Amino acid sequence: MTPMLSLATVSAAYGSFQALFGVSLDVARGEAVGVIGPNGAGKTTLMRVISGILPMRDGTMSIEGREIGGLPAHRVVEQGIAHVPENRRLFPRLSVEENLRIGAFIPSARARFAEQLDWVYQLFPRLKERRGQPAGTMSGGEQQMCAIARALMSKPKVLLMDEPSAGLAPIVVQQVFELVHRIRAEGLTVLIVEQNVQQVLDVVDRAYLLEVGAIKLSGTAAELKGNSFIREAYMGL
Amino acid sequence: MDIYLLEAIINGILLGGVLALLALGLNLIFGVIDVVWICYADIVMCGMYAIFFLYAQYHVPLPLAFLIAIIGIAALGILVHLFIIAPVLDSAPINQLLATGGLLFFLQSFATLLFGTDFRNIGVRLPVLEVATIYVSFARLIAFAVALIGAVALYVFLKRTYIGTAIRAISQDREIVGLMGVDQRRIYLVVSGIGGALAGLAACLLALQYDVHPFIGNTFGPVIFMICVLGGLGNMIGGFIAAFVISQIIAIGGYYSSTELSYVFAFTFFIVLMFIRPRGLFAP
Repeated sequence: MTPMLSLATVSAAYGSFQALFGVSLDVARGEAVGVIGPNGAGKTTLMRVISGILPMRDGTMSIEGREIGGLPAHRVVEQGIAHVPENRRLFPRLSVEENLRIGAFIPSARARFAEQLDWVYQLFPRLKERRGQPAGTMSGGEQQMCAIARALMSKPKVLLMDEPSAGLAPIVVQQVFELVHRIRAEGLTVLIVEQNVQQVLDVVDRAYLLEVGAIKLSGTAAELKGNSFIREAYMGL
Repeated sequence: MDIYLLEAIINGILLGGVLALLALGLNLIFGVIDVVWICYADIVMCGMYAIFFLYAQYHVPLPLAFLIAIIGIAALGILVHLFIIAPVLDSAPINQLLATGGLLFFLQSFATLLFGTDFRNIGVRLPVLEVATIYVSFARLIAFAVALIGAVALYVFLKRTYIGTAIRAISQDREIVGLMGVDQRRIYLVVSGIGGALAGLAACLLALQYDVHPFIGNTFGPVIFMICVLGGLGNMIGGFIAAFVISQIIAIGGYYSSTELSYVFAFTFFIVLMFIRPRGLFAP
């Protein structure tokens, strides 16, 4: 079966600084996959390359077998990939609902805006309460909800999440991972980048370890949880 | 209250409408594309010439001439972006400023070459209304009303449509809008077109009141920039309000002294305010 999302020997660079060296990974339909690794390993770069913000230097990348390598970001969304960026990056002075409307900018999403909005508000009732409020005035956890909801508005097949727990209080981090559970229950395919290794391994099926721009290890969540290197270096056990 | 002072205040408000419209266009372009169109007033001048030739030379009915001018100047706005702004979009701001500044001199010289330095008037004489012994120019009243309608239409567009929301979003986070499926280059063209259309609309309103000549942009261009900076460059509501503040200073200053001195007052006010609030009147 063709994987939902497939990357083969993808390389990327910022100017002369190479950040990814031949990364290959697959995500099957309905699967949740994690990418873990230390700061500066290239996790965010990987997300940026998949969603087309950063052009890839080399390699191939496809969704359901359709090549997406080299497409600009606004075309990648149309292919069914939505990206929840690092640090949420909401439009702070737009209201919550306006942020969601922007999320439904692509023509196919506009056509079913009302339907998607209902669905998203059902998933995140809190956002419905705050619909008219400027997004920048909400708490960190609410903003993270809004960022996820905004990405869901495009009715994606694959959801990319970049450090959804970053900068949040521990209790809110717990809530964010519950959100990931709920999104998975909706049948979405999820690729999630996290530093919070212990918790991310509880919500994903498989994970890859990225170090210095290359995949060092991969396996099921259970395998990685039992891996002594991961336990020592990333879980502090 | 002195009846002439009241008249000056009313005229100030009416003048503010057109200035506010131009400030909106300039702020929209700056807020979204992050480039200052130094040549904005001269694009208005092009629109005024278009109206003059269409109506006074070729006897196109005035409403049609207005419509053609608005569409034509909107197209000119798009061309300015494509051929002058887009190539220097990633350059240093000073280069962008030089590029649009160069266009300013080009347009003025080109107009001089083509049309000479004669002052031309479209020859539409609108009545002066007398309301309770106050004289109000009908042309200014129309200009004010239309400018307000234009501003409201722009507001509704920015608030209610997908493209409008994207335009507001892009000025808050340039990179992330791409992830939403928004093609930045397309938004820039739309914004340049709207900026041009607003300049075209202002040209219609100004053509009813003033003669057109190649350097007419110099008479109100600096005032528009002052207004935009005063309101906070890129802040559309701030610029809109600042237009009325400045036009009041010009009107009331003109009443107590002379029109020439009133601009001195306005610019003095501006300079002093820049020391107190360097980021503009309405900066957070």
